[in-house]
Amino acid sequence: MSVFQQVLIGPLKDIGSNPAFFGEVVIGGILAGMLYSLVALGFVLIFKASGVFNFAQGVMVLFAALTLVGLIERGAGVWVALAATALVMIVLAFAIERAVLRPLVNQPQIILFMATIGLNFFLEGFGEMLWGANVKKLDVGIPDRSFMAAGMQINQLELSAGGIAAILVVVLAIFFQKTRIGRALRAVADDHEAALSIGIPLKTIWVVVWSVAGLVAIVAGIMWGAKSGVQFSLSLIALKALPVLILGGFESVPGAIVGGLIIGVGEKIGEVYWGPLVGGAIENWFAYVLALAFLLIRPQGLFGEKIIERV
Amino acid sequence: MISKRFVVVAVALALALGPLASAVLAQGPSIFIPLLVYRTGPYAPSGIPNANGFQDYFNLLNERDGGINGVKIAVEECETQYDTKQGVECYERLKSKAVLINPYSTGITYQLIPKAPGDKVVVHSMGYGMTASADGRYFPWVFNFPMTYWSQASSFVKYVGAQEGGLEKLKGKKIVHIFHNSPYGKEANPTLETLAKAHGFELTLLAVDHPGQEQKATWLQVRRINPDWIYLSGWGVMNGVAVKEAAGIGYKMDRLVGNWWSGSESDVIPAGDGAKGYKSMTFHAPGAGFKVHQDVIKHVYDKGKGAAKKEALGEVYHNRGMINAMLNAEAIRTAMAKYNLKTAPTGEQVRWGFENLDLTEAQLDKLGMKGMIRPLKVSCENHEGNGLAAVQQWDGKQWKVVSDWIEPMRNVVRPKLEEAAVQEGGEKLKYAKRDCSKEK
Repeated sequence: MSVFQQVLIGPLKDIGSNPAFFGEVVIGGILAGMLYSLVALGFVLIFKASGVFNFAQGVMVLFAALTLVGLIERGAGVWVALAATALVMIVLAFAIERAVLRPLVNQPQIILFMATIGLNFFLEGFGEMLWGANVKKLDVGIPDRSFMAAGMQINQLELSAGGIAAILVVVLAIFFQKTRIGRALRAVADDHEAALSIGIPLKTIWVVVWSVAGLVAIVAGIMWGAKSGVQFSLSLIALKALPVLILGGFESVPGAIVGGLIIGVGEKIGEVYWGPLVGGAIENWFAYVLALAFLLIRPQGLFGEKIIERV
Repeated sequence: MISKRFVVVAVALALALGPLASAVLAQGPSIFIPLLVYRTGPYAPSGIPNANGFQDYFNLLNERDGGINGVKIAVEECETQYDTKQGVECYERLKSKAVLINPYSTGITYQLIPKAPGDKVVVHSMGYGMTASADGRYFPWVFNFPMTYWSQASSFVKYVGAQEGGLEKLKGKKIVHIFHNSPYGKEANPTLETLAKAHGFELTLLAVDHPGQEQKATWLQVRRINPDWIYLSGWGVMNGVAVKEAAGIGYKMDRLVGNWWSGSESDVIPAGDGAKGYKSMTFHAPGAGFKVHQDVIKHVYDKGKGAAKKEALGEVYHNRGMINAMLNAEAIRTAMAKYNLKTAPTGEQVRWGFENLDLTEAQLDKLGMKGMIRPLKVSCENHEGNGLAAVQQWDGKQWKVVSDWIEPMRNVVRPKLEEAAVQEGGEKLKYAKRDCSKEK
């Protein structure tokens, strides 16, 4: 068989010979993509409002999940633990604004980026000190069995995660478009100085946006924690969000969602049908290849704003 | 009045010199054993119980027996975060005082193997590391007893054969190997491929990239292949996710068998009840029902010197850490007996002790570990010893051994191992082959 046949015809034949399985791969990709989007959303929110690439977003997911499971383990009910975790993430946002962002206002973006690297290691160590390094089971009552539909096996947990991510996006869209604070956030994102000149308080905006990113981190932490248990490798899921951000643009909420779906479906199809040709395990780098291919066509990402600078 | 600057300098000096002071205290007429540990980072859930097991056993020897033959053991931990670069830095920092090292990472082991002969430091990679180094004729300073990855993989196939009613019944069966896409994860592949040809089973190799948090594509392929058995060579979060995915697609859990780095408590916790029935290979028994545990409680924990919580005694990795420490100690004891020492042995003497270790049932009984691990004999040619494997199963609350001890297919493994030793030791590292008949 020629290389052309092996690389193109073989996998396509394979897809055509079992469409139900192909459907399962696509659905699996969509649901995994929604989970990537959840993590990417946290990055987008902070970048949109402050231009800061928050290196600590992955650890924020971990910290939120650790706090939630830690409280549940100590006897708190799920809803009480959720509320308390939300409170902790809001307090954390205040602390970050006061101790990290405020002293560095007007510094170059790279300095703020470096500060988030420091924040990343601090939160990781602090989380470990508070809650320990053991693997913890996170059970918030979402069923985790699979069921069959039209010859396809679908996982209930992933389906729930997809649904919750969709609801979260709608809520965020309403928050950004329809509320006063949301409009202020967009104004800050467009132009810091112009926003300040019309009286929008930058410090408040930063607290709000870090709080919202913290709340999104709780949702992402629950979904990923339910999948793999709450453990320190949870912070590495940030790596899964990067190709989503490259593809969807760093400033676009819909971009994070659509980007997540494209990456999720693309990497699953790539791994299942083309992976065996090269010994497998192409999923991780295939996502980046896919994102880079899009980048060549739209450097600002799918939904990113085109940068036009007068020279 | 004390100035602010003075306080800052004093605190900085205290922080900087504190570890040095403890290292100085650790010196003296004691046997110094550095511990490369990973108590932080993504692999900490596996690293912590292992490190605690080491600490508890060495503490037991110091508290109960005054050390080994009256010479105290001094340990110093160095944090690697399971990172090869950090592990090599730890080794370089501690090697001048060390006579042996347990790298606790296949990646670190590979880096230390070429350094060991020059530094006269024994490398003991217990059940991990480079399989080829079990040929002591090429690798005099490296030991991987009680078993290697290849022996383990052959024991797995033997177990599956027994479950199916004989090795001849494997013909036409489908076995999938899901492995961590790293040198560690790939170690079992050549043995499985050889055995697939020999016994006619259909082998599919599915690699999972680090860290293995997302494995949907792998398990979609498993669904399509519908294998009779799955062998899992995972690490860290990859194991928990794999067990959970298997439960999620309704795979028969008693046909999913992890290797011995995929069978701890932290690997089954995320899947909850779904993990019931999951099996893994092992070379020692789990549980805290051995005499050595009573001794640890009496001489270490009751004195408030325990490294872990008392409830953690008997966990798979805590037991493994204790067994690793025991094997180190017994090799040192062997060396001290040979050279009639009342002081700490040198690296070369310890190497002799490792190579001539003969751990009998009677000695294991004396140590309170009878039944916890099989007797073991190491030789100049054979640095993996004559260890046996077993299969343990998770019942939802604890691991329990569910098989007899399994003899690896040494007739298959040893020739391949010797071929690999020629390549890795003779050709790559330019080591000369020792004539073991001339060694005493």
